[in-house]
Amino acid sequence: MSRQLHLGVFFTGVGPQLIWTDPAFAAHTHIDTFVRTAQTLERGLFDAFFLGEGLRVRENRGRIHELDVAGRPDAITQLAALAAVTEKIGLVATQNTTYNYPADLARRLASLDVVSGGRAGWNIVTTDNAWTGENFRHGGWLPHERRYERAEAFVATARELWAGQSVDRHTDLIDVTATPTVTGRPVLFQAGDSPGGRELAAKHADVVFSANTDFDKAVAYAADLRERLAKHGRSADSLRILPGAQVIIGDTPAEAAEKAEWLKREQVNGPRAIAFLEQYWGKDLSGYDPDGPLPDVEPAEGELDPSRGTIAIEHRTGKRERIAEWRSWGLSIRELVLRVTPRHNAFIGTPGQIADEWTRYLEAGAVDGFNVVPQQLPGTIDDLVDKLVPALQERGVYRTAYSGSTLREHLDLR
Amino acid sequence: MSLHLALEVDGDGADVAALTAHVTAAEAAGFALVTIADSPLPPADGSVRIEAGVRAAYLSRRTTRIGLAPTLHASVTEPFHLATQLASLDHASLGRAAWVVGAESSAAAAATVGEPVLTGSDLRREIADVIDVARQLWDSWEDDAVIRDRATSRFLDPDRVHHVNFTGARFTVSGPLITPRPPQGQVVVIGADTLGVTSRLDIALVDTADTAAGLGELTERTALARADGAALVFADLPSADASLLRHLDGVVDGVRIRVADIPLVTDLLKTRPPAGPTLRDTLGLPRPANQFAVAG
Repeated sequence: MSRQLHLGVFFTGVGPQLIWTDPAFAAHTHIDTFVRTAQTLERGLFDAFFLGEGLRVRENRGRIHELDVAGRPDAITQLAALAAVTEKIGLVATQNTTYNYPADLARRLASLDVVSGGRAGWNIVTTDNAWTGENFRHGGWLPHERRYERAEAFVATARELWAGQSVDRHTDLIDVTATPTVTGRPVLFQAGDSPGGRELAAKHADVVFSANTDFDKAVAYAADLRERLAKHGRSADSLRILPGAQVIIGDTPAEAAEKAEWLKREQVNGPRAIAFLEQYWGKDLSGYDPDGPLPDVEPAEGELDPSRGTIAIEHRTGKRERIAEWRSWGLSIRELVLRVTPRHNAFIGTPGQIADEWTRYLEAGAVDGFNVVPQQLPGTIDDLVDKLVPALQERGVYRTAYSGSTLREHLDLR
Repeated sequence: MSLHLALEVDGDGADVAALTAHVTAAEAAGFALVTIADSPLPPADGSVRIEAGVRAAYLSRRTTRIGLAPTLHASVTEPFHLATQLASLDHASLGRAAWVVGAESSAAAAATVGEPVLTGSDLRREIADVIDVARQLWDSWEDDAVIRDRATSRFLDPDRVHHVNFTGARFTVSGPLITPRPPQGQVVVIGADTLGVTSRLDIALVDTADTAAGLGELTERTALARADGAALVFADLPSADASLLRHLDGVVDGVRIRVADIPLVTDLLKTRPPAGPTLRDTLGLPRPANQFAVAG
């Protein structure tokens, strides 16, 4: 059989990419929405349903951010509920290695693996965000440069407990003595794109959830990872690469393009563009026209407001220089925000066009599949399952039935 | 007989089907809730113990009326995660979540999380702090916080989502919770009357011996728990018989029994009122007002 695509949906449940103004937008924290989504994806033979993580509600200048979809369940709790109403689909929880206790999280993940009959996955993330840490016992305790060191010890602890081994590990970054209560083998996903993240992936991960959807970058990323795998004594086919992607499907190319434009304008609407700048300026900018030039006032003293969540370290300082550079571009506020906001690359077109494009990625060895980030609920889910999946099946690059019953089997991992 | 019934399950190992069978049998028999024992340490016989919150969440979609009360240990947990997990269970079960306050404080349990061993008043204070912060976090979103106002592009009203800025003896939490207010408003909080936090409990559990002296002590401790502010008192019965249950009817509000005694109580309970839809409804507990909501 030719190479096959593996598909997941990354259900962030919050954030600016979700279009809540759509009258059809589903009640985003209601269990029925999650059940319907997971069951629809299972009908579409998806490998996995992912839940994101964010352990502090976003803010803007000290107030709760009011413009984006917010509010989400605990991932493992929600996935354990979904395990009872699904039979095949993998259930993947994003959980960080900083604000969790290793033995406790390992136990909850193994428990999910048991109640789901081997369908659990863990998307490992690291964070040093001290603002998030204000919700936890030890605050922002972890230095940025040591976050992968902590993750490494954390993941090693989890793997030992899952294998039935007792753990006794005490350093300045980890303090655990534990005997296993549940064993299992959750599939490990890793999303970090920094060198530290890639090393963690090459050493431990079964799947990488990368941000590299641009074709050339995806090819280079795959090559880099294979090199790292070899260094750790792992075979090239022991890791699956599933970049995050947006998918915008139309019945015609023109309809898809029109929908993409509409989504972009909704995702970066006027108030959101202003709110984005306010985090840099540290001032109320509500009087400015989002389609006009950048604010003529100088930003407040002090660095960037950390409350958007985790911000890459290179973007945390030097805001005055950055603002000076932005001013030199001569864009409107909204154009600027569209340009500088990190976005998952979008595949836009008819089902056949996207299926052809994904086949090209697959055959070049650049990816093993995609992890789709929905913009519309339930619209994106229904489009994927009812339109894109049949087009992929016609091309022979996607399963027509589940051949196994565990997530590891779906992903063709040992 | 007007007693509420709770079923205690533990030791079910990795057999999820057996667990589900016990709980659906209890639901069919009219039990108000199931409590799920747990510990971060393995069972003495070396068998498997699935984490109680995960078991409860799984059961939430295999049942429709029975309350689900996992044991989460206040002393060996992140309070923010605990509050989020229980709020999420309440959402997943459409208002049937409860929490058995665990106080596992052995050196071995503390070592699983690398936290100090707490005893005496330090432990009581810690348990009280975790209950208090959980209750604040469950109220941190007002019921009508999500407004989806297209005219102003506002998804939520930030004046109705609150920082809790909790300061306990050993930790602080900023909040708000990441999860909107649970369907019940407040998850039902259950704990032993010996924890020293009875005023914070919705249901105080009083253990008893099946002897005349034991029953006398039970009556006394029940009165004390009510005086301390527990809304309901349940007798915790390692084993039950018909005369004991008849004696307790009218003394306590409910009893907690073990799986072996399901047939006994099923025979005694012919005229139960229908349960639900939420656990608070079943127990006759009002849905609490939000402590952060501005009057008017």
